Amino acid sequence: MTLKQVVNNVAEMPASKDAVVDIKNLSLTFQTADGPVYALSDVDLTINEGDFVSFIGPSGCGKTTLLRVIADLEKPTGGDISINGVSPEQARENRAYGYVFQAPALLPWRSIERNVTLPLEIMEISKEERIKRAHDALKLVELNGFEKKFPWQLSGGMQQRASIARALSFDADLLLMDEPFGALDEIVRDHLNEQLLKLWARTNKTVAFVTHSIPEAVYLSTKIVVMSPRPGRIIDVIETDFPRDRSLDIRETPEFLEIAHRVREGLRAGHSNDE
Amino acid sequence: MRIGFAKVCARGTAMTSNTATMTGSLAGPSIWSRMMAGQTGPVCVVLIALFVLWYVGAVFMNAPTQIDKYNRADQTWTTSQLIEDTLAQERPILPAPHQVAQEMYKTIFATKITSKRSLVYHSWVTLSSTLLGFGIGTILGIVLAVGIVHVMTLEKSLMPWVISSQTIPILAIAPMIIVVLGAIGIKGVVPKAVISTYLCFFPVTISMVKGLRSPQVIQLDLMRTYNASKWQTFWQLRLPSAMPYLFASLKVAIAISLVGAIVGELPTGAQAGLGARLLAGSYYGQTIQIWSALLTAAFVAAMMVVIVGWFERRVLARMGVKS
Repeated sequence: MTLKQVVNNVAEMPASKDAVVDIKNLSLTFQTADGPVYALSDVDLTINEGDFVSFIGPSGCGKTTLLRVIADLEKPTGGDISINGVSPEQARENRAYGYVFQAPALLPWRSIERNVTLPLEIMEISKEERIKRAHDALKLVELNGFEKKFPWQLSGGMQQRASIARALSFDADLLLMDEPFGALDEIVRDHLNEQLLKLWARTNKTVAFVTHSIPEAVYLSTKIVVMSPRPGRIIDVIETDFPRDRSLDIRETPEFLEIAHRVREGLRAGHSNDE
Repeated sequence: MRIGFAKVCARGTAMTSNTATMTGSLAGPSIWSRMMAGQTGPVCVVLIALFVLWYVGAVFMNAPTQIDKYNRADQTWTTSQLIEDTLAQERPILPAPHQVAQEMYKTIFATKITSKRSLVYHSWVTLSSTLLGFGIGTILGIVLAVGIVHVMTLEKSLMPWVISSQTIPILAIAPMIIVVLGAIGIKGVVPKAVISTYLCFFPVTISMVKGLRSPQVIQLDLMRTYNASKWQTFWQLRLPSAMPYLFASLKVAIAISLVGAIVGELPTGAQAGLGARLLAGSYYGQTIQIWSALLTAAFVAAMMVVIVGWFERRVLARMGVKS
């Protein structure tokens, strides 16, 4: 967040001066042939600068939809949302966030390096600068040396890392990640989670992270948002106070298990409402 | 594939010579099964079958006129004589393969290519309008597809016309194009190219519409998160995604472009081109000439498809497609 934006935020929203994402009373209803689908209802949430926020809940609880609303890929039907003090659309136009999708979505005809430079090309950044930034971004995800490879030559985990490098390449302060490791096996996932945490600790970015794995959510987050379906709403927000440079070992500690228990309880409560 | 076959052959011959000296008989896979393992075997079998059918057909189709001839000349004949004569008629109903081959050799290699009797000359006349029509048709096809994909109203207004344009028989519309363009002073290669264009823009448009729409939602969303303009999305995402579709359609387009050029040479009794050769052949009952023009046209079409295929492999290889 730039100083100017901070000042703006202070002026406009004194209550949440560090808020990167500020959501009030947000709702989104899809009109379908079978009648309206209430994807999101009455969502209130603040994401502060430097937060690592996880959204967890069963499928259909609107966690991906919420992330897409933040990214201006969906328009809300009610309520207010601001990103860095401006509307999601303006934030998107300012290239305020990097988005990592469920699938790597790399362009198969571009080498890894040229995939990472794609957003930079679109933002019309000079070629030397592009190559330098791609190099840095690939180094952050430990993919240096794979610049000239094509996506199909990389494993699924490496492809997803390349897509994270792509989201990092233009150095947006906000990183939106939609189940980025959902399709990967446990071991690769643990490794990438560790890497992601290191990266977050190093860069001080704000991360919004959708997952449906409880250990992943608890391990990564400073704030866990538990959601429940039909209509998609927030039923619990849990703050954690693990150190920023936590290791995978914290998963064995009582605090970790306690928080995981609370998340699980929240999810169960959300489900019982449903029946 | 070809390398694999060569290897199999090499191994096969080595084995054969060894076992032959030791046991005096063939061991291991037979020549037959080795040949059938690659492409060469099946292709040869089909070719041989075609030739046999062709010869048998030629004998049977030409026999009645030949027998007629014998009867009129009060000549006695034997079966072997009949077969020999049916394969050597001057104007057979179905010429034998070797007659067509002789004619093709004569008109392609033994005649100066500037001569009006040279098939090379006629092929070039047809090919030049084919290529011109193909070029214009491809550009037109792509432009139409880009419009249809990007402008809602164009899809609704243009697509029905694009499709109905192909329901009109080309044989009906070709003479009109030639006559109308001739009346306003456009003659020679252009009217034929217009007919080629008319035929070949269609597969390009249809495939490119499909190809330009082939990017996944997730890829389009990605471009949206970068706030990419329509133009950027087109260059960086839609066009590269459409390349495989484009080449598939170009192979169809180049072949029907040749058909269009030949059809364009039929009306008004064009003086040159493969179509003119076909027409002249049918006027004078020169079946051998017709068949050699036909085979030449087929060969030219095959060559052009091969060339497009070569470009396709080069472009897709540069785009990192797994080979």
